[in-house]
Amino acid sequence: MVEAVLFALIIVAGTCGELCVSRAMKAVGEVKDFRPLAIARVILRALRVGWMWAGVGLMALAFFSLLGALSFLNVSFVVPVTALSYVSGAFGAMFFLRERVSPRRWAGVCLVAIGVTLVFLGRR
Amino acid sequence: MAAQACIIPLKMQLVQSMLTRVMKSQKSLHIKTFLLILVMVITGPLGNVLLSKGMKQAGSLALWPPAEVPHTVARVLSTGSLWLGIASLLTFFLANILVLSWADYSFVQPASSMGYGVSALLGYFMLGEPVSPLRWVGITIICLGVFVVGQTQPQSLEHS
Repeated sequence: MVEAVLFALIIVAGTCGELCVSRAMKAVGEVKDFRPLAIARVILRALRVGWMWAGVGLMALAFFSLLGALSFLNVSFVVPVTALSYVSGAFGAMFFLRERVSPRRWAGVCLVAIGVTLVFLGRR
Repeated sequence: MAAQACIIPLKMQLVQSMLTRVMKSQKSLHIKTFLLILVMVITGPLGNVLLSKGMKQAGSLALWPPAEVPHTVARVLSTGSLWLGIASLLTFFLANILVLSWADYSFVQPASSMGYGVSALLGYFMLGEPVSPLRWVGITIICLGVFVVGQTQPQSLEHS
């Protein structure tokens, strides 16, 4: 049960966090200048967007959940399962960011889902 | 006429030296990209393995009663492997940001697919974790799936 909650947090909070950060960065605009001062200005601008704070908070939650899972599960089991974030990421991008997900990307997402199922089945 | 005959070889030499310079800079860019991707493929999974080692060294995580939380946090933070893991993951993020400043996302992202396999390999060799053949097959398919996702266009022009 704890395991399922931790995986759900790693995947859902991690993906939602990335989607929030992505939404915030899209609101900030494309970064074209990579000089340190320009990057600092971009970060300051991003911190004024509410989505960025939500994203960072969710990503921190996902990181602590990962630490929790690694405290009692094998890394060769936990890390491959976290690839499920590609599945939730594709759905999130489609519904939350209204991006168009290509058939080829869906094919990759299906392969990830099949692989994770096998990792679960191959658990000792 | 003689002046023209002198200018043509000079122009040729200039073009040649420019081409050599471009080829040299392209070569150094390739080496730089390859090295940073190599750093990413090693430090990302190594960070996860070190976090795993550190968390297992820290023992069981007692979060109840609430008075136990500070003790648990202190025990976790005093684990050396955890800090090494965090340092390794920070190196990964730095390399990722740096390489993305010149290389295409669609070129860098498929490289991250190798991370799942490398994590399992490091878990197997460094921590002695048992990995069943079916899990290896699953991990290989995950790597393939992530690679396919990475091969798609990073930016969709059409938005529904």
